[in-house]
Amino acid sequence: MRMALRVNGQTHQIDCADDTPLLYILRNHLKLKGTKLGCGLEQCGACAVLVGGKVQLSCAALAADFLGQEIVTIEGVEALPLGQKVQAAFLDQTAAQCGYCTSGLVVAVTGLLSQDPQADQAKIKDGLKGHLCRCGSHPRVLRAVQQVVAQS
Amino acid sequence: MTRLATHKVGAWLWVSDGQITIISGKVDIGQRISTALMLIVQEELTLNTALMSVAPVQTDRAPDEGITSGSKSIEDTGAVVRQAAATLRQAARALLPQNGALWALQNGQFCSPDGTQKIDILDLITKLDPQLPIDAAAAFLPRDYGAASPFMRDLDQMVRGRFCYLPDIDVPNMQHARLVRPPHSHARLGAIELQILAKMVEEKVQVVRDGSFLAVVSPDEWAVETAAKRVARACTWVSDKTLEIKDIFESLTENNAKKIRVIDGIPDPKAPLVALKDLPYRARFEKPYLAHGSLAPSAAFAHWSQMGLKLCSHSQGIYPLRASIAQSLGLALEQVQITHVPSSGCYGHNGADDAAMDAALIAKHCPNVPILLKWTRQDEQQWEPFGSAMVVELGMALDPDQKISDFHAQVYSDTHRGRPRPDGAQGGPARLLANRLRADPLAPYVPLLNMNPQGGMHRNIDPIYQIGQKIIVKNLVQDLPLRTSAVRCLGGGANMFAIESLMDEVARDQGVDPLAFRRAQLHDLRSLAVLDALKTELSTRPTPSGQMPGRGMAFGQYKNKMTRTAISVDIDLREDGQILLKDVIIVADAGRIIDRDGLAAQLEGGFLQGASWALYEEVSWSAQGLLSQDWDSYPVIRFDNIPEMKLVLLEPSDAPSVGAGEATPGPAIAAIANALFDATGLRLRRLPFRPDRVLKAALGD
Repeated sequence: MRMALRVNGQTHQIDCADDTPLLYILRNHLKLKGTKLGCGLEQCGACAVLVGGKVQLSCAALAADFLGQEIVTIEGVEALPLGQKVQAAFLDQTAAQCGYCTSGLVVAVTGLLSQDPQADQAKIKDGLKGHLCRCGSHPRVLRAVQQVVAQS
Repeated sequence: MTRLATHKVGAWLWVSDGQITIISGKVDIGQRISTALMLIVQEELTLNTALMSVAPVQTDRAPDEGITSGSKSIEDTGAVVRQAAATLRQAARALLPQNGALWALQNGQFCSPDGTQKIDILDLITKLDPQLPIDAAAAFLPRDYGAASPFMRDLDQMVRGRFCYLPDIDVPNMQHARLVRPPHSHARLGAIELQILAKMVEEKVQVVRDGSFLAVVSPDEWAVETAAKRVARACTWVSDKTLEIKDIFESLTENNAKKIRVIDGIPDPKAPLVALKDLPYRARFEKPYLAHGSLAPSAAFAHWSQMGLKLCSHSQGIYPLRASIAQSLGLALEQVQITHVPSSGCYGHNGADDAAMDAALIAKHCPNVPILLKWTRQDEQQWEPFGSAMVVELGMALDPDQKISDFHAQVYSDTHRGRPRPDGAQGGPARLLANRLRADPLAPYVPLLNMNPQGGMHRNIDPIYQIGQKIIVKNLVQDLPLRTSAVRCLGGGANMFAIESLMDEVARDQGVDPLAFRRAQLHDLRSLAVLDALKTELSTRPTPSGQMPGRGMAFGQYKNKMTRTAISVDIDLREDGQILLKDVIIVADAGRIIDRDGLAAQLEGGFLQGASWALYEEVSWSAQGLLSQDWDSYPVIRFDNIPEMKLVLLEPSDAPSVGAGEATPGPAIAAIANALFDATGLRLRRLPFRPDRVLKAALGD
């Protein structure tokens, strides 16, 4: 099918199979490789993007379900003032080891804090429990979130 | 100094165009080794890290440093790089006009005593012969204890989604590949429905088959993903055998084991196997098979052309992998080139090497087409080499002064050494999964007893404490249902869990504070300092609170020679049997600290991996295949159970840097077990401490 997707503020015309998940369009058609494939089962959070400002996993959801909606990937996060703050906090707290979960987490934290700028630790932990980090950078990610909350 | 010190400086450090390149054979697997190497060069040359790069690790270019494993990179490579940098600084100083010894070195510049002349150290180094031998006597610069700001190579790229991991490789004309794996390791491909093969031809999806090795290839990644599932449904698999489903802990016995005693820290084939006495304190501990569970499923890039076979892999050992792949495919070593490209953290020998061989085989069938192969999550969970299930049986006796007089250990495990390396007949190829599936399959490699001190299941089974008489027996058990290899800590995780649980049990039975009991068994001053620092930190804390709170501690020194670690954990037990992690203190002495933030990250991350093993992780299977196939059926620790963590890093002067990446997981498991005992009086000795097991133990079952 042919469809138009709004990604990072631009409209893209895309030709793809009807059942193509959003992630594959982002990575292969649009060459936006920052959004990661982790499980393809919506269980790990590596593929998180923002749709209409809310966190959305992209590995299994069909691209065709997001026609006309504003999709923001990690590559577009730095255009958001809050996204920049989150990225800076991740840098300040060195909140990554291998970094494979990082782009999904930066997107998720940006999404969570845009909905609830004063989210407390319990809310953040609950909001991020769909995101795996196997290196154990969680305490640093939580510190990064606290840093952003303290600034808001 | 290691054997590598005999090399020339140019083999490790290369200067051109005002930049210095660090060349090492160690690879980044999330442990920040390249960051640490940059910081070492920064310390010795006073250079800004912006003037440095780390060369891609590629066969033929990088030094052959074997495998990046065992927490050894800082001790081996770090030491050589530091010595090479010190040699360069010494030789550069000798080129200064006059009174060179009096010139100050700061921010990469030598400054004359009168302050009128400045010379860049890199300009001087450019004039040196790269063949200059590394001078083992070149002195290091005095330690600068100034607060270096945290720095992590490439982090700025990662937070912006710009860092290229192996699965992100994308080159012109590249095609994607997926595998169609058998249901279990004994199954063989019988037939594929002709209809689906015709359909694949129609859809321009190439099907690659070599015996029971089956893959699909297409330029469209989503097409290949769905094609793999459709082809899988059209396959008939045959097997004369299924997976053994007897309780693994019943299989881990001496009946089918190769046994060897450890004498004075060394496996000794001549030592007689003696009958073990009945000691007053005895306990048996069990650890299931563990998955590495890397966040990114394994992947590899391969391109087969007249120029030879070019591979990109996230393997921890590109040289042994190259030899194994070359031998598997009948190629000369020079025909195979492997470049290391990072993927997600691996925590040991995951599917990386197997994926590289899979991709090579596919590329051989698709010459001149660049191939990017990705395993799926299910491929990874079912086919990665697991960390062996283990049984640890311990016995202990005290003398009248409450000192340990006798210690017995019997440890049972499959091999922890499944990496492909060409040691012995077919040792490399037989340890690559695809070679067991091809038309002329190789039999699984039969592992030998690991004779290395602290190797495999031997790791940390020999307690660091002062003990009168020790009897330690390794039992290598074979013909078990699942393929095994190296997972972070090897046997150390289970062994430290066992020893530190029993230490706690004995101390409490004797009515002695567990920390004081350990202290009484140690003479090493640095170990005592670590325990004392934990005691000091604990003295500032209130007793743990909650529904059913508990506090436990553990101590360990990885491999009995690396980082010394003491951990305290506060938990709270919920009514449903879930263990909540509340407050954690980690005290560590890793010698001279190179990358303070990186060291902290390794210690924290190691704790959380150990905690994940303690509470959640267990590979499960039926006769027909693996049951743990994804993150629901193989749960791991998540953000909702992350404790508050406090790190105390001790840094004795003049102590050499030692590896820290595997220091905390073992003590973490034991500290959690001991906290559970403190909370409930229940001694759980089988991992993981799932809620159902906690409740069952509470009911006295």
